[in-house]
Amino acid sequence: MPGTVRPPPGGTTATRKDDSTLKPVPDGPPPAPVAQRLRVRYAKRGRLRFTSHRDISRALERAIRRADVPVAFSAGFSPHPKISYVGAAAPTGVASEAEYLEISVTRRCDPGGLRTALDASLPPGLDVLDVVEAGAGSLADRLECSAWRIRLPGADPALARAAVERFNAAERIEVERLTKKGMRRFDAREAVVSLEAAEAAEGAETTAGQASSQSCVILRMVVRHETPAVRPDDVLTGLRLVADFAPPVPPEVTRLAQGPLDVRTGAPADPFDLDRDNSRGGETEPVSEHVGGDL
Amino acid sequence: MPVESLFPRLEALLPKVQKPIQYVGGELNSTVKDWDSAGVRWALMYPDAYEVGLPNQGVQILYEILNELPETLAERTYAVWPDLEALMRAEGVPQFTVDAHRPVRAFDVLGLSFSTELGYTNMLTALDLAGIPLLAADRGDDDPIVLAGGHAAFNPEPVADFLDAAVLGDGEQIAIAITEVIREWKGEGSPGGRDELLMRLAESGGVYVPRFYDVDYHPDGRIRRVAPNRPGVPWRVHKHTVMDLDEWPYPKKPLVPLAETVHERFSVEIFRGCTRGCRFCQAGMITRPVRERSITTIGAMVDAGVRASGFNEVGLLSLSSADHSEIGDVAKGLADRYEGTNTSLSLPSTRVDAFNIDLANEFSRNGRRSGLTFAPEGGSERMRKVINKMVTEEDLIRTVTTAYSQGWRQVKLYFMCGLPTEEDADVLGIADLAKKVIRAGREATGSRDVRCTVSIGGFVPKPHTPFQWAAQADHETVDRRLKALKDALRGDKEYGRAIGLRYHDGKPSIVEGLLSRGDRRVGAVIRAVWQDGGRFDGWSEHFSYQRWMDAAAEAGVDVDWYTTREREENEVLPWDHLDAGLDREWLWQDWQDAVNDVEVEDCRWTPCYDCGVCPTMGTEIQIGPTGRKLLPLTVV
Repeated sequence: MPGTVRPPPGGTTATRKDDSTLKPVPDGPPPAPVAQRLRVRYAKRGRLRFTSHRDISRALERAIRRADVPVAFSAGFSPHPKISYVGAAAPTGVASEAEYLEISVTRRCDPGGLRTALDASLPPGLDVLDVVEAGAGSLADRLECSAWRIRLPGADPALARAAVERFNAAERIEVERLTKKGMRRFDAREAVVSLEAAEAAEGAETTAGQASSQSCVILRMVVRHETPAVRPDDVLTGLRLVADFAPPVPPEVTRLAQGPLDVRTGAPADPFDLDRDNSRGGETEPVSEHVGGDL
Repeated sequence: MPVESLFPRLEALLPKVQKPIQYVGGELNSTVKDWDSAGVRWALMYPDAYEVGLPNQGVQILYEILNELPETLAERTYAVWPDLEALMRAEGVPQFTVDAHRPVRAFDVLGLSFSTELGYTNMLTALDLAGIPLLAADRGDDDPIVLAGGHAAFNPEPVADFLDAAVLGDGEQIAIAITEVIREWKGEGSPGGRDELLMRLAESGGVYVPRFYDVDYHPDGRIRRVAPNRPGVPWRVHKHTVMDLDEWPYPKKPLVPLAETVHERFSVEIFRGCTRGCRFCQAGMITRPVRERSITTIGAMVDAGVRASGFNEVGLLSLSSADHSEIGDVAKGLADRYEGTNTSLSLPSTRVDAFNIDLANEFSRNGRRSGLTFAPEGGSERMRKVINKMVTEEDLIRTVTTAYSQGWRQVKLYFMCGLPTEEDADVLGIADLAKKVIRAGREATGSRDVRCTVSIGGFVPKPHTPFQWAAQADHETVDRRLKALKDALRGDKEYGRAIGLRYHDGKPSIVEGLLSRGDRRVGAVIRAVWQDGGRFDGWSEHFSYQRWMDAAAEAGVDVDWYTTREREENEVLPWDHLDAGLDREWLWQDWQDAVNDVEVEDCRWTPCYDCGVCPTMGTEIQIGPTGRKLLPLTVV
């Protein structure tokens, strides 16, 4: 074989003669078209809360390959699997029960089967909770708010309750955070729909596995998604500013839910409700006030 | 003694450090075994950051082989970054494994894989964090055996005081043999303590135990003699060579990290060893003879590895992959198998000939087409004869012409600076060569849209090579030649903008040279550098040349004597008692041939030239072709 030189294989710089723009396109057949879009809710739990968004996207692409999911690829010189992450990812170090993405596939898949296969291929701690076929409307638009839980081991419950009262009584609380665009100053109060403090029950599980003989405060909050995003650490900064309240050890933060703000409960509703309604073809009664997508 | 997970204590520190995911373990295909039912327990360390250490093939192979043994467990540990180190010291959290977060000091063996000498300070950090005394002499029966392997272990003398033992060569079989020696000794109730265990290992002739050897020096500082200091210890310790790689198809289940690492692919070693005879190349000298994996085993390993990992890139590793006797069929077979799956294939090092472009075309069929890389190594014909890189300018120009005319737009060329007998003109020759490459590319394509990147590494003379006697070029000379080269390229209006130049200054090479050819007296320098805060010396942002020079001066170690001094034929070299199988007289003759521009052929295709390895080690060249082909994979 040495000395024999093959003609160029599907070269990367070939030009389609009939293309008036003469933009280089790869040879070979175009990628298979999208047959279906699926929406996925997944959790990052336990030690895997330390994954960054990039870590998750690599793990997911590999899991998709191992699970033989017929994911669609983009056209072009470096084809990418068509996966879009919806909404703002929970920050590195923050656990979540409600992260969302959308996968396009080239062959129709049963959502339940995909959920099982993908979950089995992902490392424990990245867990697929729910898969639906995408209905009409944008999922991103439905992710209006998040519910968060913050565990504060060792914090004083009375001080926490007092700080929360002052926070809720304030009209505006300016906080600063280092963002990609530098130090930004913004209001951390207005986006907070609700915030309450409670004492953890004895023996509650701790993600850090620490013995919980000491007191432990649990903060629960619902925060609207705004720009710049108000994150749980911004609320903690706010508590420090209004009441000098500071937890003794790093807080353990979990996003519990994301979705449209349900005005009855003051909490996020399941954003997949609309997709499920669509797929049932209106057999069930039209649910809830978020039909139509506005509140 | 129960061993508890350190994770709860570590977890509290993780929110405060960069990239915490690298410390949590839980990689796909990682293994956690029950502590109490394992009789022999290994902690395997790659002494660099997780992102560099995780993909290391040596560690992954040993991890898998040891965990497959009954009643044996192996876990991994990596160097922690200074931010976590500071927190661990403040909170009293010891060095931990990432698998089950067990304390490293609780293991029987701490096995370190040294690909480069620049990991030595990281070893000291790990020992210190683990609570293991830095000096082997200070360790007790509760401390693990600190064992070094990897290419740098072919001269472990600079770290001899910190090591209990070192092994040379392929690790698969010797790791199992060491495990059995430890199991037997523990089974007998650990008679004679640590000393007897080390003696049992040393007696075999396959494990080097530095404390059982005394080094005497001449008044002028040269070594007079290295001799065993007790009966039963062999005068020389031999390297290990695995024959029949098809019997050892590891890794079978590659570790898939959650964190981003330097290589995100499934790699298969398609052969070990290289007999091209490049005189600067330590790997090519110490891994002889050539042992190929068969095309069918390669195909089966790639299939299993891709399925088990989900990686979308496959690397076919070796020291000169295009030299595999059936590489054409391997490339075509794999490219056919993975057609349309967005799985790309890559070949790390390429020879300068048209056949390689053929291969590269095949390999880029299912993935992206980046650049082509060739390694002429020397800028002039004479230089290439000195280093025995048998590539002519004509070969190179013909090859790049083919590459450019077949649609490749970017060619990368690797060279070295500071080679023995090198003069300014040899380095300036690199600029001429690069310009000719661009000219050939422009002629072949009729376009000015061709590029060439020149990458230059500093040459460091290595033990067990013909250049082990050579004077290393001082960093001023290297920097002066690099600057002249840079000026020659940047100042060129016609070609300058089409040629990129990448290089490092010459100082790190001097430290690497000190550690490569150092003896036991260099250990004090390593320790002083570490005590002064030296960490991660392979990272330019952490490396401090001044710190090394100050520590050497303090310890009374003359860096020039170790680096820029040419050695005489009969000088006892610090690693002479460590046997890589190479005949010392042959190495010396090859060094003389180098100086006289005499080249030597590859013994795979020409008669044996008596380097000594096969008869000394009882090994032989194992190459194909087998005549077999890769069949399409059955669709599930």
